[in-house]
Amino acid sequence: MHPSASVIIFTSLSGLGFGLMFYLGFGMPEVRGWTAFWFFLIAYGLAVGGLISSTLHLGNPQRAMNAFSQWRSSWLSREGVAAVATLVLTAPYAIGLIFYDLNIAALGWLSGILALITIFTTSKIYNQLKTVPRWNMPLTPVLFLLYALAGGGLMAGQTLVAAMLLLVLTLLQLAAWQMGDKAFANAGHTLETATGLGHLGKMRLLESPHSSPNYLMREMVHVVGRKHALKLRAISVVTLGIFPVAILLFLPFSHTLALVAIASHVIGLFTSRWLFFAEAEHVVGLYYDKR
Amino acid sequence: MTTLPKSTTRKLGLVIDLDTCVGCHACVISCKEWNTSNYGVPLSDINAYGAEPSGTFLNRVHTYEAKSTGCNAQTVHFPKSCLHCEDAPCVTVCPTGASYKRQEDGIVLVNEDRCIGCSLCAWACPYGAREMDAVAGVMKKCTLCVDRIYNENIPEEDRIPACVRTCPAGARHFGDFADPESEVSILSAARGGIALMPEQDTKPVNRYLPPRPKTDVTDESKIDILAPFLAPIATETGGFLGWLDKALEKI
Ligand code: SF4
Ligand code: SF4
Repeated sequence: MHPSASVIIFTSLSGLGFGLMFYLGFGMPEVRGWTAFWFFLIAYGLAVGGLISSTLHLGNPQRAMNAFSQWRSSWLSREGVAAVATLVLTAPYAIGLIFYDLNIAALGWLSGILALITIFTTSKIYNQLKTVPRWNMPLTPVLFLLYALAGGGLMAGQTLVAAMLLLVLTLLQLAAWQMGDKAFANAGHTLETATGLGHLGKMRLLESPHSSPNYLMREMVHVVGRKHALKLRAISVVTLGIFPVAILLFLPFSHTLALVAIASHVIGLFTSRWLFFAEAEHVVGLYYDKR
Repeated sequence: MTTLPKSTTRKLGLVIDLDTCVGCHACVISCKEWNTSNYGVPLSDINAYGAEPSGTFLNRVHTYEAKSTGCNAQTVHFPKSCLHCEDAPCVTVCPTGASYKRQEDGIVLVNEDRCIGCSLCAWACPYGAREMDAVAGVMKKCTLCVDRIYNENIPEEDRIPACVRTCPAGARHFGDFADPESEVSILSAARGGIALMPEQDTKPVNRYLPPRPKTDVTDESKIDILAPFLAPIATETGGFLGWLDKALEKI
């Protein structure tokens, strides 16, 4: 799949934002006044920034309101509804903490749970696609949730929780890459099943239907850049998990170091999200004899 | 609504005969012509006369080579458009309700006025049957020429999809798969119609007829099946032709 900046930014930033909102909703940390203001500003900034970025890849963003209508069947629509519900319900909770020194705990829990649901629905947009076997694995939603909870925990200053989650995340991310590498073959899709002509022998593309790349190839048959995948995976696990965990667990806590840990994690997150798209092979590539 | 109908009254679709298709791309062109001027926004072309022309098409013809050991390679031309799947994943993923499957005839359509151009339906289709128009930013796909097949303003013989109407080889057939007596049902049953990528569980309606087995060229006696028809019928000619034959021989 084409690793377009808008979807990478969308899934990464809104994941972090809603992850942070989860912690804030459950009073971790318990903040009031200006501190609360800054925490919620960051959470809203990331979540809303990510959502706005997601509208940049739309062909007709002015009709984006239509996307809230099909929550009965569409995960993308559910994601929109869940995101807006979280943002709206978190607002009175945040206002209470910031301006009135008032903790409406039940509302906080509700917005925390909604934030988790939003992250889950984001993951399902990709996870539901049978056409991309690498995404169509049960690990995909688990990873999205872990990314959000680990990154959110890091930003919420939940050192121990974040360190534990980062470790689990690193291991599961490695496992997901391993499993993902085999997913396409395991799903059994080949040019022979795509054309139904396996009984004639081995198939290959003799002539492409068009002389230069079309929408399908640009969008779904992304093959460039994969050659660096292994290096990028290494960079990603070190920066997203190993380095921040080392800082959190083995160095004395300081705000500067915490910032370094967050920065490193975000670099790792973006790298792995780039790989999430760039390495994803869509079955339509079979018709072009390319993946 | 982007929930799928439980069942459709009719199942309109195509049978594409891979034995007959000569790969001339006439269906591609007539599809483009009809659909750029009818249902929805035009099918745009980008840089049409430049080095890298690119455009929106609802039907594309791939050409494959099949090769199994001990046999000659075989060329198969492979037209591909929307298969109007019964379990269309492209419909259920759509967040706006722009994509839908019609209860009455099973045709899968896009209501372009609702489409936000999010691309998700194209991602969900295993067959590459949906293309986002680069100019209009809305999703385009085969409509099974819904604006021809019910169109009482055009002659009756034209009330079939443009690709079927135009195919010079007669490789494309249109009809109702829900009716076991229809031409397409009978053809598909007789020739072992194929559903593409069945492991995706999309239940495509369109069927592909595999190429008929080739003559066995390793068996000499079977090579020249036309030879008996070309053998001279009379060895001795008389009359005018006999005279002409002799006269010419003498020159
Ligand atoms: S072929 Fe693709 S676009 Fe057409 S109904 Fe099936 S999944 Fe949808
Ligand atoms: S591109 Fe249009 S038709 Fe396709 S899923 Fe998005 S809104 Fe629906």
